[in-house]
Amino acid sequence: MAKGSIVAGCLAPHPPHLVYAENPPQNEPTSEGGWEQLRWGYERLRESLSKIDHDVLVILSPHWQTYVGTHFLGLPHFEGLSVDPIFPNLFRYSYNLDIDVELSKAIHDKAANAGLAVKMMENPDFRVDYGTITTGHMVNPAFDKPLVVISSNRSRHYYSVEVMQEMMMELGRVTRDAILESGKKAVVLASNSLSHRHFTTESDVPEDMSKEHITSHAMHLWDMRIIDYMRTGQAQRIIDEMPEFTEQAIAESDGGGLTWLLSTLTVPTYPAILHGYGTIIGTGNAIVEWPCYAHEEVEV
Amino acid sequence: MTNPVLASYVVPVHPHPLLVPEQNEGWQRLRDAFDEARQQISDSGADIIIIYSTTWPSIIGHQIQADPNPTWTLVDQDFHDLGSMDYSFRIDADFAEAWNKANHARGLQSRTVAYNGFPIDVGSVVALKLLNPDNAIPAVIVSSNVYANRAETTVLAKSCLDVLKSTGKKAVAVTAMSMSNRMFTEFIDAADDKIHSLKDDEWNRKVLEFLEEGRLEDVAQLSRTIHQQIRVQKVVTFKPMWWLSAMNDNRNDLTGRVLAYEALHGAGGAVVHLDPTSNGMGDKEYDEDDVEMYHGERNVLDADESESTPESKQVDDNGPALWDPAEGKDAVNTDSAPKPVGLYPHARRVGDLLYLSGVGPRQPGTNAIPGGPIRDANGEPLEYDIKAQTRAVVENIARILEEAGSSMEKVVDVTSFLVDMDRDFSGYNEVWAETIGHYGPTRTTLAIRALPTPIAVEMKVIAKI
Repeated sequence: MAKGSIVAGCLAPHPPHLVYAENPPQNEPTSEGGWEQLRWGYERLRESLSKIDHDVLVILSPHWQTYVGTHFLGLPHFEGLSVDPIFPNLFRYSYNLDIDVELSKAIHDKAANAGLAVKMMENPDFRVDYGTITTGHMVNPAFDKPLVVISSNRSRHYYSVEVMQEMMMELGRVTRDAILESGKKAVVLASNSLSHRHFTTESDVPEDMSKEHITSHAMHLWDMRIIDYMRTGQAQRIIDEMPEFTEQAIAESDGGGLTWLLSTLTVPTYPAILHGYGTIIGTGNAIVEWPCYAHEEVEV
Repeated sequence: MTNPVLASYVVPVHPHPLLVPEQNEGWQRLRDAFDEARQQISDSGADIIIIYSTTWPSIIGHQIQADPNPTWTLVDQDFHDLGSMDYSFRIDADFAEAWNKANHARGLQSRTVAYNGFPIDVGSVVALKLLNPDNAIPAVIVSSNVYANRAETTVLAKSCLDVLKSTGKKAVAVTAMSMSNRMFTEFIDAADDKIHSLKDDEWNRKVLEFLEEGRLEDVAQLSRTIHQQIRVQKVVTFKPMWWLSAMNDNRNDLTGRVLAYEALHGAGGAVVHLDPTSNGMGDKEYDEDDVEMYHGERNVLDADESESTPESKQVDDNGPALWDPAEGKDAVNTDSAPKPVGLYPHARRVGDLLYLSGVGPRQPGTNAIPGGPIRDANGEPLEYDIKAQTRAVVENIARILEEAGSSMEKVVDVTSFLVDMDRDFSGYNEVWAETIGHYGPTRTTLAIRALPTPIAVEMKVIAKI
């Protein structure tokens, strides 16, 4: 069997506003658009990924929050209706997706061997979280490639950002190992925003872009700092500054996704491609791709 | 009017007592306590069950469930291996809409949600399935806002009470919440479950001791400390006791009983019954201010507009000298209302009626004018915000009424004075509809040339006591 590979790693945030703004047939609410900068960014990401052969998308979503270990969707198929509990006016999406259970189980087993608390989720009534669905849709709206879906273990809340990072670095390492052993070509996706302070009011027309901006200058500075590290191949500095970033920018990286992503990419020293940046209800969101295929010894 | 809350309950949020009580003796005791509470609620004669759930976070203010019959199957995100929870609930959608409207009248951001497939949270599902399994009593569920502070959460309860009083409904109030919320981060055998740490256990027992003594407001005022001591920072901070205490008029003399206290994967789970019957003891040990209206930072999106709003001005620029209110038989005065500009009381009792002196928007203590004064010290006109001024008038009225033992719903008649009818009537009228107009008093609005201080609006109120 050929050696597997991670062909690309992506920061792919999940605000449901982006799906809402695109008016796909799967989503019930309709809009007049909005958040184009980010949606054009996702267009560029999709275009880029379309040129890279890959078999599976591996997502860590901060909206499947687990407090007892890290969990993996463990059944081959899920379908149903996802309604965002916070923005139900924007996101009521009929999903239908396949899971690469074999790869999920392989990552699960390696994580267990590494001492992480892990569990396969095998209840057929389980509703897939809207973060996974949003990121899945924005990256691959046809959902014609299987997913591996990993929960966000909230160890940061129980311990600290440092402990969270230790666990996510390990989870990233075993994720990478499992992918390499699987013989599959994978795109890994961290489904999180950067700064994450929301506005607490919503415009009468949610897609009214005259109301959209970052919540504060401090949040903007933090987002630009982290993005600069990404664009200049300084991922290690992101890891190093993660405690301050997470605390001061109330960053959604607290869910571990970004650390896990960087770990799966062995903390890249090559530049990432920024496909787009924009705010959504005040939070900072960047669509970023690490083109591993161009920098690592992988079969593309 | 007496408080319409017949009973209050604290219940845990995790699904173990619902799905697998037989796996652990403690989980079974929690289930038994749920069953006892269910019977009490059934016997109470309540018209509605109101649930404040900490496992339903929201961002855009509070959300209120308004689907008359939400039906779905819930699987817990962590404990999915314990089984699925089918639910079909009876929601009082009219009450939900009225509560939402009352929230806005008190300055709160909120909205109702009524969507097929909306994911009712695990705390609410466990509570309703165990406390009201046959849907004999309609329910309403409200979220826990991620950013809400004590004032916002308190006002949320007061607007709920507004609706209960206006509809004449009697309620059972339920908070779905953990005590200490630190769970074991490893998988454990059911038989090995226990409170995560001795510290968590000691704090839980102290909080439960307070509740058993009926000291609900004391627990509410300890919420921040409780959060710091025994709460892991999950999605929302510890705020349900703010809501529950306000639902009970912030009292410390309830009759409390802890029906059960057990571990749920390390977290503290308790079923507590709080009977409004006074235990004859207790008074407020702490003294955080009460609050009637919410004026938080809810207009972030309109920051540019708010920045152009004139600043409030201090006493030196805001008109004639201030007087201490006139004392005397039947006079009602309060430090919570602005000082008079002459020798007269804030209000005067006559029989069962209360006559208020004209009330403006000046702030007690600072004499500042929310929305800005209408002219400067030289008499030159200034831009001002009539809505902010009108809201401040209503708040001042509420404070005087409260001092007299009356309240907004007892207002009978209002005479309003505007110095610029053409400019201000619309804004004034809008705030009226959101606030005092909600209670239905008669009203007369007059245009006048000037008021003694540089304000644009004043109201003269007659209320019942």
